Amino acid sequence: MKYFTRLRVRRVYKWRGKPISFNRKLKTCEYASLDISVEGLPRVTVIKTGQHILIEGDDEDNPYVAKVIRLYGDENGKQKKVVVQWFVRVSEVPLSKLKLLGREPHPQEIFYYQGRSCEDEVDAESILRPVKVQRLDGAAPFPDSDDQDTLYVKLSWDSKTFKSVDSAQVDSDLSPDSSSSPPPCSRSSLPPSTPCSHPAGTPASRHTRRALPTPDLAIMRRAAPGEVRYSKATMSAGKPSTAEAESMHSATKRSASKCLSAKRRNAFARTPGIRKKLELSSPEKKSVIAEDHLNQLLDEGPESALMLAQRLSSSPPQAVLLKHSLTPLRKNLKSSVLLNKMCLSEINSSPSSDHSTRATTPSKKREPQSLKEPALEMLAEVDNETSPMLPITATPRSSKRKSAQLVSSRIRKQLNLLDDQQDLNSDGEDEDEFVPSKRELQSSSEDDEDDDGGEKEAALDSDDEVLVKKGRHAAAGCRTPRSKQRTRTSTRTPRRTPRRTPNRKITPGTPRTPHRATPSIPCRLRPAQQPANVLEEARLRLHVSSVPESLPCREQEFQDIYSFVESKIVDGTGGCMYISGVPGTGKTATVHEVMRCLQHATDMDEISPFHFIEINGMKMTDPHQAYVQILQKLTGQKATADHAAALLEKRFSNPAPRKESTVLLVDELDLLWTRKQNVMYNLFDWPTRRHAHLVVLTIANTMDLPERIMINRVASRLGLTRLSFQPYSFKQLQQIITSRLNKVKAFEEDALQLVSRKVAALSGDARRCLDICRRATEICEHSAADTSATGLVGMSHVMDALNEMFSSAYITAIKCVSVQEQLFLRAIIAEFRRLGLEEATFQQVFVQHQALCRVEGLQPVSVSEGLAVCQRLGACRLLLLEPSRLGVLQRVRLNVSQDDVLYALKSD
Amino acid sequence: MSKRKAKDAPLPVGKCISEVQDILRKRLCHQQLPDTPEGVEAQHKHLLELLKRTAVHGESNSVLIVGPRGSGKTMLLKCVLRDLLEEKEVERNLLQVHLNGLLQTDDRIALQEMTRQLHLENVVGDKVFGSFAENLSFLLEALKKGDRSSSRPVLFVLDEFDLFAHHKNQTLLYNLFDVSQSAQAPVAVVGVTCRLDVLELLEKRVKSRFSHRQIHLLSNPTFSQYLERVQTQLSLQDDFPDKTFAQDWNASVKTLCEDKSVEDALQRHYNSSKNFRSNHMLLMLCLSRVSVAKPAIKPADLLEASKMCLIDAQANMLHGLSILELCLIIAMKHLNDVYEGEPFNLQMVHNEFKKFLQRKSNSMYNFEQPVIMKAFEHLQQLEMIRPVDSSSVKTQREYQLMRLMLDNTQVMEALQKYPQCPTDVKQWAMSAYG
Repeated sequence: MKYFTRLRVRRVYKWRGKPISFNRKLKTCEYASLDISVEGLPRVTVIKTGQHILIEGDDEDNPYVAKVIRLYGDENGKQKKVVVQWFVRVSEVPLSKLKLLGREPHPQEIFYYQGRSCEDEVDAESILRPVKVQRLDGAAPFPDSDDQDTLYVKLSWDSKTFKSVDSAQVDSDLSPDSSSSPPPCSRSSLPPSTPCSHPAGTPASRHTRRALPTPDLAIMRRAAPGEVRYSKATMSAGKPSTAEAESMHSATKRSASKCLSAKRRNAFARTPGIRKKLELSSPEKKSVIAEDHLNQLLDEGPESALMLAQRLSSSPPQAVLLKHSLTPLRKNLKSSVLLNKMCLSEINSSPSSDHSTRATTPSKKREPQSLKEPALEMLAEVDNETSPMLPITATPRSSKRKSAQLVSSRIRKQLNLLDDQQDLNSDGEDEDEFVPSKRELQSSSEDDEDDDGGEKEAALDSDDEVLVKKGRHAAAGCRTPRSKQRTRTSTRTPRRTPRRTPNRKITPGTPRTPHRATPSIPCRLRPAQQPANVLEEARLRLHVSSVPESLPCREQEFQDIYSFVESKIVDGTGGCMYISGVPGTGKTATVHEVMRCLQHATDMDEISPFHFIEINGMKMTDPHQAYVQILQKLTGQKATADHAAALLEKRFSNPAPRKESTVLLVDELDLLWTRKQNVMYNLFDWPTRRHAHLVVLTIANTMDLPERIMINRVASRLGLTRLSFQPYSFKQLQQIITSRLNKVKAFEEDALQLVSRKVAALSGDARRCLDICRRATEICEHSAADTSATGLVGMSHVMDALNEMFSSAYITAIKCVSVQEQLFLRAIIAEFRRLGLEEATFQQVFVQHQALCRVEGLQPVSVSEGLAVCQRLGACRLLLLEPSRLGVLQRVRLNVSQDDVLYALKSD
Repeated sequence: MSKRKAKDAPLPVGKCISEVQDILRKRLCHQQLPDTPEGVEAQHKHLLELLKRTAVHGESNSVLIVGPRGSGKTMLLKCVLRDLLEEKEVERNLLQVHLNGLLQTDDRIALQEMTRQLHLENVVGDKVFGSFAENLSFLLEALKKGDRSSSRPVLFVLDEFDLFAHHKNQTLLYNLFDVSQSAQAPVAVVGVTCRLDVLELLEKRVKSRFSHRQIHLLSNPTFSQYLERVQTQLSLQDDFPDKTFAQDWNASVKTLCEDKSVEDALQRHYNSSKNFRSNHMLLMLCLSRVSVAKPAIKPADLLEASKMCLIDAQANMLHGLSILELCLIIAMKHLNDVYEGEPFNLQMVHNEFKKFLQRKSNSMYNFEQPVIMKAFEHLQQLEMIRPVDSSSVKTQREYQLMRLMLDNTQVMEALQKYPQCPTDVKQWAMSAYG
C-alpha cells in the first residue's frame, strides 16, 4: 500500500448511454459503447461493439488484439466486461506451428482465432485502445504502408492449423471497424520521438505505457466494498491498473461455462490462455512489469515529455535487466532505480523513496505469514514515510507545492488503510491454510507489491511453475485454459501478476544459483561420422540406445498402462501401478512409449495436459533424495529432502484447484526402501489425496516386492494394480531385432533365430540380444576381409559372439595358468578328496603339492613360492582365500567346480 | 663434440653401461610401452576398434578387460590409447576419465574425480560442490544433455573394476552403464580387472546394462616364446649410441640364453609363473649386477638372481633366531606333530622343551621362565606364531593358545642351514617324537 498514492496514468472507463438490455439471470446489463478517458485530458475514446481493440497482455509491445462483440457490466456497475473475438499475433503462434504458414509472416499480420481454448470475456479495464484491422485476401500482398496501427488479417488460426478466413464472417467484423477506427486516444499525447524509441514495436506498445487511461482512484473508491478492496489491494500492490487489468483480462479468458461463478467470486485467475502460452517463458513479459513500474511512477499527460525522457533514460538498464534480472529482487532494485531516477530528475526527496523501496522488501521477506497484521502496519508506516515524495509526481498542478501534496497524500492513505485493513481481516481466515514455508521456498524475494500479501498462494505459485515448465518441455499448443482455472478471491488476484514473473524467473540457469548452471559435455569439433555400410547401419540400429519407432511385443502391456494412465488423467483422479519384470524386458521403455503417446494425445487435444516426471532409485544417492528430485522436476525449486517432502505434501494435499495431472514414474522402486519406509509410503499415499491428481507408476524387478519388503500400510496403498512383464520369448526377440533392423538386410534368418533362441533360453533380456547381434556384426566385419561370402552376418559369426559373451573364462584361464599353478589346483582336489571336505588349509594343500611336484619330476617349491602361486590363483578368483596374513594357515576353497578343473587339466 | 662424432667414436665403457642400465630399466619397470603388445594382437585390435567407434562414430560401448595379474591389461589399454590418439580427430575429441578402485573408494570420491577430470567444475565457477546427491545429478545432467553425434565422447577407464562393484548400490556403475545404453553423450566404459568372476559381482540390473563384452587376456606362451622374450627384453636396439658395444652386449645375451643352467633356471620360473612381471623382476636383479668390470650378464648372475627370487622368506628368517628360540620352534613342531595341528600354549612348549633338556643331562640350555617367555614373545612378533584368536587377551600369556605359522619343511630346511647348530638340537628336531 505504500505506493497507494503513487501516480500513474489513470484511465476512466464509463458506460456510454443507457444499458440496452438486462440479463436477469446473470444480472448483467449490456451496453452499446464504452467511454475511456484519460484523466486530465479532454479526449474520450469510445469503444463500440464491433470495433477492434487492443487488450493489455503480457507483452507490452504486442498487446492482444480482439474485436468487441458485446459490452456489459454488472448491476451496480462495478465490473465492466467485454466479450470479444480474439485475434492472434504472429508472436503468439508457436514457433513450431509457424512453419505451417509456409511463408514469412508479416510483422503486423494477425490471425483470426478460432480455437476454443481462450475465454472470450475480458475485463473492460484491460482495454487499451481501438485499433484498425484490415482484412486481406489470401493472395493479396500486404500493403506497404508505414501505418503501424493497422493490422492485417489473412488467415485464421485454431491452434493447430491456419485456414483461410471466411471472408463474410471477418468482413462483417471488420467493416465497422475500418470505418470507425478512431485515432487512438493516447496518440495525441505522444511526443514525436516515441517511435524511434521502439522502432520495431507495434504502435500499441507506445500507448500501453503512458497514455493508457487507468481507473481513477476516486472511481475505485466509489465502487462497492468488494471492488474497493480489490482496487485497493491492487493499488497497494504498487502496480495498480496494469496488473489488475492484466489479471482481469486473463482471468476472463475462461471457459464461458464458468463465467457466472467466476464472476460471483470475482476470481481473477491469471491464466493466460493457450494462445498466450508461448509467452509464458518468454523474457518479454518482464518488460511489461518494468513498464508497469514506470507507469506507476510516472506522471501522465502534460508531463509526458518528461516521462518519455525518463523512460528513454531508463531503458538501457531495463534492457539489461530483462536479460539478467530473473529474480524479483532485481526487480525491486530496478523499480527503486527507476524511482530514483524519477525523483532525481523531479524532486529532491529521492533518498527517501529509494530507501523505502528497499526497506520494505526485506521486511516482507522475513515476516512470517502468521504475522500478517503487524507486518502490515509496519509497511503502512513505511508507506507514510514514502508518501511525501510520491505526491510530487501526482499531478502537474500539485507538483508545485510539496507540503500540500504531503498532507493530501497522507489523508488519502489513511482512508485507504482503514478500508484495506478491514479487508485483510476478513481475508485472513481464508489464507490460513497456506504455510509460511512456501514463501521462503519461492526463494525469490517478494515484490514490494505484496506487503499485505502474506496470503500469497503458494499453490498458485507452484502451479505457475508447472506451467512454465510445461511451456518449456511440452510441445507447444497443448495447453487448455481449463487446466488453469483457479478459484480465488479477487483480493488476491492483483498480486498474482507481480508474482508470476518471479516464478517464471526461477528457471535453471539463473545467475542466482550457479550450481544449477546446466553442465554439459563439450561439443565435438565435427559431428560424428555417419554409418558407411550396411553393417554399421545395422549396428547403429541395434544399439540399445537407439529409440525404436515402435515397441513390438509389448502391445498388451502398453495398452494396460495407457488405459490406466489415461483414465486417471481423464477422471482427474490418482492411482498407483506396480510394474515388475526382470531387467531388459522393456518396462521403462514401454512406460516412456505410453508417455509419448499420451503427450501426443494431449497435443491433439484429446486429453487434458498432464505433467510427466521420472525418478530413478538408482540415480539418487539416498531414498530421501526422491523428494528433492520430484520437487525439482515439478517446480524447478531446490530444497533439502525434508523441506521438499513438506512442500510436496502441501502441494498434493492442497485443495487449491489444479486441473493438471501429474504422472510420476518411479524406476527401481526397491532402492527407495528405508527402514521406516516413509518415502514409499508418501509416494503411494499422495495419489489417494483428493486434490493430488497424481498417477504413480512404479517399476522394479521382483514380482513380489510389495509383499516382501513393504510393510502392510505401504503395500496396501500401492494397491493391487500390478503388471508383470514376462521375459521375451524367442519369437518376440526375433521380432524385436527385425523391427529394429527395419529392412536393413544384415543378418541371415537362421542367425537371428539362433541369437533369439539362445537369449530367450538364458534370460529373455532384450538388451543382451541386441548386444550379441551388435558384436556379431563386428565379428562379421572383421572376417569379411578374407572370406566376404555374403557380407551378411551368418551363423558362425553369431556363434562366435555367443561364445564370447556366454562362455565362462574359467576353463580357458585354468588352461593358461603356469605349471605350478595347475599342480596346486590338482593338489587342492587331491586334498579335498582326502579330507572329504571342500575346504583345506594351505598347509595341507602344500603337502600334497610337494608330493605332486616329486611325482611330476619338478623341483619342489618353497613355501613362499607356494603361497605366491596360491595368491595368484586367488586374485583371479579361481580360488577363494582367507586374508593372506594368515600365511600357511589360510583356508582354501575352489571357486570352480572340481569337474571343471579336472576337465581343464586333463585336456592339456 | 658433435653428435655424429659421438655416435661413431666408441664410448667409454662406463658410459655404455649406464646407458644400457637406463634403457633396460625403463623397459623392465614398465615405463616404456612396447611398440606392439605381444601375444595379444587380437585383443588389441578388438579394443582399438571398439574405442575408435566411440571416438569417431559416437557409439556408446562398455567393455571389461579381464586377465590375471601381470598379464598386461593396463599395457594393452595404454597401447590402444596411444594408437588411438595418433589419429588427429580422435585426439581432439576424446575426453578421458581415469579412475582407480583403490583410490576412488566410494562413489562420492569417484564422482568428484570424474567432474574434475572432465573439467566440468569450471561450469560452476568457484563454487565448491555441495552434497553427493547434487554432484550425482550434476554429472548425470551433463551426460544427459549430450547426444550421439554432437557431444565429445568420453572414455571412462575404471581400473580395479571389481572394487567399484562393492560401492553402495553400485550407483556409479549403474549410471555409467545406463548412459552407455541410452541416447545420451557417447561414452565408452572400460573396466580393468583381474577377477574372472567380475560379472557375478554386478547387480542384475547393472549387469543387464553392461554390454557383456569381455576381453580376456589369458596368454599362454610356450617356454621357447618365454625364452625368446627374455632375449628381446635384454637385447639392445639398433639406435644404441655405441654400435660395437651393442653388438657385444647382444651377443652376450644370446649366449646367456643358450646356456643350459640358465635355461633350467628360467624353466623353473616359467613353471612357477608365466607372467612377465615376475620375469622382469628376475631380469632386474641380473641387470643390477652389471658393472664396468663385468660389462655383460653372466649365467652365474642369473642363477644367483633366480635363487634370490625363489628363496623362502620365512625359512630365511629362522636363520637369525637364537638357539633358545630355535629350540622353542622345534618343540612347537613336535607338538604339532603329536597333536595334529592343535593349538598350543607357552606352558606346553616349555614342557616339551624341558623334556628335551631332561634327556640331555647337561644344563647348557637351562633358561629361566621369564627368558623363555621373552623368546616366545619375540617369535610372536616375528609372526612365526600367532594367537588363535585375538580376543583371548584376557587369558594369561602363558596359557594363550598359539599356532605355528611355519611348515615342517621350512623348519628342517632352516635347521640344515643354521650356522653352528648343536648336533643334539638337530637330532632332537629330526627325531620322530620329542
